[in-house]
Amino acid sequence: MGRMGRAVAVIGTGQTKHGRRDDVSYPDLVREAIQAVFEDAGITIQDVDAIVYGSMPSMMEGVAFNHFYMADALRAVGKPLLRTETCGSTGQSIAQTGIYWVASGMADIVLVVGSEKQHEGDAQATMMTIPDKITLPMVGGAPVAFSMQSREWMGYFNIDEAKAREAAAIVSVDCHDGGLNNPLAHIQMKVTKEEVMNAKIITYPVRLLDVCPSSDGACAVLFASKDKARKICKKPAWVKGMGFRGEEYYTGDSNKAVWQSTIGAAQEAYKQAGITDPRKELDVAEIYNPFTYQELILMECLGLCPPGEAPDYVIDGVFSPDGELPCNPSGGVLCTNCIGATGLIRLAEAARQVTGKAGPMQVEGAKLALSHAMGGLEQFNAVTIIGSKL
Amino acid sequence: MNKRNEKPRTLKSVLRVPYEMAQGPAWTHFFEGFKQKKILGTKCNECGRVLIPARPFCPRCFEPMEEWVEVAQEGTIVTWSYVNYTYFGVTADMIPQVPVTVKLDGTDCGWWGGLIGGFDVKNFDLVNEKVKVGGRIKAVWRDKVEGNMYDIDHWEIIK
Repeated sequence: MGRMGRAVAVIGTGQTKHGRRDDVSYPDLVREAIQAVFEDAGITIQDVDAIVYGSMPSMMEGVAFNHFYMADALRAVGKPLLRTETCGSTGQSIAQTGIYWVASGMADIVLVVGSEKQHEGDAQATMMTIPDKITLPMVGGAPVAFSMQSREWMGYFNIDEAKAREAAAIVSVDCHDGGLNNPLAHIQMKVTKEEVMNAKIITYPVRLLDVCPSSDGACAVLFASKDKARKICKKPAWVKGMGFRGEEYYTGDSNKAVWQSTIGAAQEAYKQAGITDPRKELDVAEIYNPFTYQELILMECLGLCPPGEAPDYVIDGVFSPDGELPCNPSGGVLCTNCIGATGLIRLAEAARQVTGKAGPMQVEGAKLALSHAMGGLEQFNAVTIIGSKL
Repeated sequence: MNKRNEKPRTLKSVLRVPYEMAQGPAWTHFFEGFKQKKILGTKCNECGRVLIPARPFCPRCFEPMEEWVEVAQEGTIVTWSYVNYTYFGVTADMIPQVPVTVKLDGTDCGWWGGLIGGFDVKNFDLVNEKVKVGGRIKAVWRDKVEGNMYDIDHWEIIK
């Protein structure tokens, strides 16, 4: 993979209030994010050359190819419109699709939108249709899949169960504290380490407070070329590098404790961004963490600590709010998971951090941020690095 | 926004869609093996790996996998979980259950698709004591096999 093409900036972000949003229809919800992003960027739809949209498989909300249903809310009339979806990593994939568009020179300003309205359907029922019915009929349920990965990781590195349990509880406490600082987060509550460690088992080793919620919500981001960004935006954020990697369909075909698609996506993004020591050089990370234990695996595979040692680093506070590299100050996926939007929210929060616009979530002086998402049956990973300087 | 004091409505709807999915030559033969209570893998002539479930082609080399190998019905636990919540297709009477990924002897991959059984798997402490990553299990077939993924009733812990 080569270098990026033209420089690409983030010139605006917008999100809905996330949570249970029975108060509005699905297009109403998407419109909320669109209004927010144009207000943030101070431009109008007339300035936009193209639109990218994504969500989970359409039966999630019972309307197939819902970019048709959303066309009016997306302001897609008379514009090129692309749909991209890669399961949980959709939010990052739509961002990267928009970035390709601007980097290629074929568009100067692209509107990227992700959304989900999980309360309208049965999310696990939709996810049960992701594994095939012939060879994996009994496989399904996101908590099962990712708990299996977590147990594999603990077994592979011979990690003490109690130590992993404590570290995962710290991740949960930190994320919930972050959620309390995020007015848009779905879950806003204080939890203690003891509550997390003693919560009901959902899919061992994962307990109730190790699991993300099912959220309704949307996120929109405007990407622009360097020339446009400099004209329009006082303080743009810049795309410094990005990577995406896939793996084989069957999870058992590779070792998920040393997750090659995370490692590959991160290394590609770091190379483009000129990052050689990510824990020291990054100021903040927004990691796609629907399950606490999985975040531990991701910290390792994103190169933020050595393989098998994430629990030690977490227990030492390295990734806590006052630590060397704060992770998920927004509360992360653990406090909000409107899946099609989730990976894009990570990027939006990264951009807000490096432009000093993160409000109560702000990591002091953040200049370089990682955003990440993963998806499929432990199959896809995406990383996009956002910085304050071109 | 809503000035009329009307509680926004919801509409209930159900999708039910029938399918008939072609299993192709490889999966057809794989499940014919199940009818004789045999587990048949395919071997890649390029990289030499034996994979379960059988594959029509190697996912890494892209070569056809036409050599069939009967593999052991015993193997090593790669990972497991203890499922203690209900979700679509998994009802209250089915939990707790213990899904497992096993690396069968003579294969080069983990295989997820079955449940540990043969003892009181509803007892978490007992499960956590008996089921270990690296532990050994063997397939226990249903009496009446039909040539599908449900033919292996469960995986039993062995010494």
